[in-house]
Amino acid sequence: MKVSLFVTCLVDQLWTSIGVSSVEVLRGVGCEVEFDKRQTCCAQPAFNTGYREEARQVGRRFISIFEESKAEAIVSPSGSCTAMVHHYPELFADDPAWLERANAVAAKTHELSSFLIRVLKVENVGASWNGRLTWHDACHGLRDLNIKSEPRTLIRNVRGAEFVELEHADACCGFGGTFSVKYPEISVAILDQKIEAIERAGVQAVVSGDASCLMQIGGRLSRKGSKVRAMHLAELLASR
Amino acid sequence: MTSQTSETFRENAKAALADVHLRGALKHATSVFGERRKQAAAGLPNWEDLRTQARAIKDEVLLHLDRYLEEFVTNAESCGAKVHWARDAAAANSIICGLATERQARVVVKSKSMTTEETHLNDALEAAGMQVVETDLGEYIIQLAEETPSHIIAPAIHKTRGQIAELFTNELGMPPTDDIAQMTRTARLTLRDHFAAADVGISGVNFGVAETGTIVIVENEGNIRLTTSLPRMHIAVMGIEKVVPRFADLDIFLKLLPRSGTGQRLTTYQSFITGVKKQQSDEGPEELHIVLLDNGRSRMLAHPVTRQSLACIRCGACLNACPVYQQIGGHAYGSVYPGPIGAVITPQLMGIEKTSQLPYASSLCGACREVCPVKIDIPQLLLHLRSEIAPRKGGVAERLVFKVWARAMMSPTLYKLSSVAGRIVQRVTPISRAWTNGRDLRPIESKSFHDLWNE
Repeated sequence: MKVSLFVTCLVDQLWTSIGVSSVEVLRGVGCEVEFDKRQTCCAQPAFNTGYREEARQVGRRFISIFEESKAEAIVSPSGSCTAMVHHYPELFADDPAWLERANAVAAKTHELSSFLIRVLKVENVGASWNGRLTWHDACHGLRDLNIKSEPRTLIRNVRGAEFVELEHADACCGFGGTFSVKYPEISVAILDQKIEAIERAGVQAVVSGDASCLMQIGGRLSRKGSKVRAMHLAELLASR
Repeated sequence: MTSQTSETFRENAKAALADVHLRGALKHATSVFGERRKQAAAGLPNWEDLRTQARAIKDEVLLHLDRYLEEFVTNAESCGAKVHWARDAAAANSIICGLATERQARVVVKSKSMTTEETHLNDALEAAGMQVVETDLGEYIIQLAEETPSHIIAPAIHKTRGQIAELFTNELGMPPTDDIAQMTRTARLTLRDHFAAADVGISGVNFGVAETGTIVIVENEGNIRLTTSLPRMHIAVMGIEKVVPRFADLDIFLKLLPRSGTGQRLTTYQSFITGVKKQQSDEGPEELHIVLLDNGRSRMLAHPVTRQSLACIRCGACLNACPVYQQIGGHAYGSVYPGPIGAVITPQLMGIEKTSQLPYASSLCGACREVCPVKIDIPQLLLHLRSEIAPRKGGVAERLVFKVWARAMMSPTLYKLSSVAGRIVQRVTPISRAWTNGRDLRPIESKSFHDLWNE
């Protein structure tokens, strides 16, 4: 299957190995991966902060670029950015022409783990990783896209990996986009609940599906001098 | 505590985070409530259907609120109640003070009512020379402490047992003890005297049934039963959104409300009050007044997105589920209604001028939406309010940042340049500091994924 990768601005700028791993995983299961170099951001920062006009500008650009693609699916290593694309219809509710285009692009856009399981029906990507690890449910993947069993299935099939459930795996990590810098004290207080749960789990790595949560969790882990690694699902699935 | 306002949200939150007693109490209470709710919901196999049905009933009511309210008023009055319409808080308070003064009331007992908190009724009654006694144990505690509720259904959730014991010793002369039975007995004995002396009882309303004119109030302590039946006059204050069409609809709401609020299958008392007593030998008050309060609600009704805010049945489940509320509690919001639902309805009730921080007091995690028994899409409402606030109240710098950001995201060249700029910005701006005070910052990669793809 031909897929178009939406790598997300965060991965593009701050965590490129997630993008590289995504390409490896998708190619590994037989996909032909294209990357449209005109892509930038999904518009979520503006949308979530309340700047709808700016969000619409950037959203229209996203739609224009990706609707040109001949690929059967647009795949992204982020539940949050994928959910944003699924919010586009809300953003263009009063604009019938763009609404239709928004709906068409949203219908084709999938988060990586749900694409593998739901669309490709692949449960084992042939990865191997030695150690004990756990999973953090990123909120938008979990609650906007209903992604819960998919990453767990994929992780359980990683050879050598011992998967343990995190206590309150579905609790927010406190990132929340601009929330993390508007109210950093609250953000970190929420984060510390997550960090404590990760520490109690006795794992070598905490895996999640969003670079944003991983920056939040990883940033606190490293500040605390923890040896636990924050790892994206794509990175785990690309491990051999 | 009571001096905190929504304008100082960030400072309030910081103070709350530094309060170890508060955080201990919150952690315990919200997790107990949350766990009980989960189990209670799991006990009903058709939970999801009930939520859907409840929301459908609320949507129907809100779409034809004028009609259902008229039906409610007609039927309530035909059973002997007198209905009053209050456009805003001041009107409601003036009606209630007028009624109590007419009765020459000296002592007024109240059962827990967030709606009267919203109108600041106690202040108005006290200014009119009356003694007001809150009879819900939690409300009584915070009245003694001269505080405000920090939770919709558990007003004293922020207080520890030890703090309450100290309060009772100081205010009620209780011999020092932190035995819960002893503390409850002390409150009960004091409250009994107030009930006996009360001229007027004031309550809220959970549901008003249009079909029969019945008001329904749920509780666990029996104080509402006493408040609404012992004094000669009962005044019930009801938000206009509380009406439900049929008596049979209560079957759904009375399953959802206690399970969502306290995790109970049923509250201990459920009072169905239809009019006044029919003859002298009957029990109950001689006069029943129902005050229907708008106070900004019809504004919410007007917009198709904000309308769902009025579906709320005030169970408090979203507070317990909210990671922000769990950390800072209710007072930090500086508003009568705290937590996710408070962040949504406060700016709509009070206007955004002084409450513009509240819709941003959320990570948009969606836990509130997941537990809401009437499926209110709180994140959608928060985003809607943010879109009204940002262009008008967002700081000059923030608005500029998003303008520049949008330009950069529109052009591959500018986008590429922005990563260079980003490396500099990462080092110097206050945004970085806001992040790096608690977390290490991931440096911008020397080569972007775009660069790597080219290679």
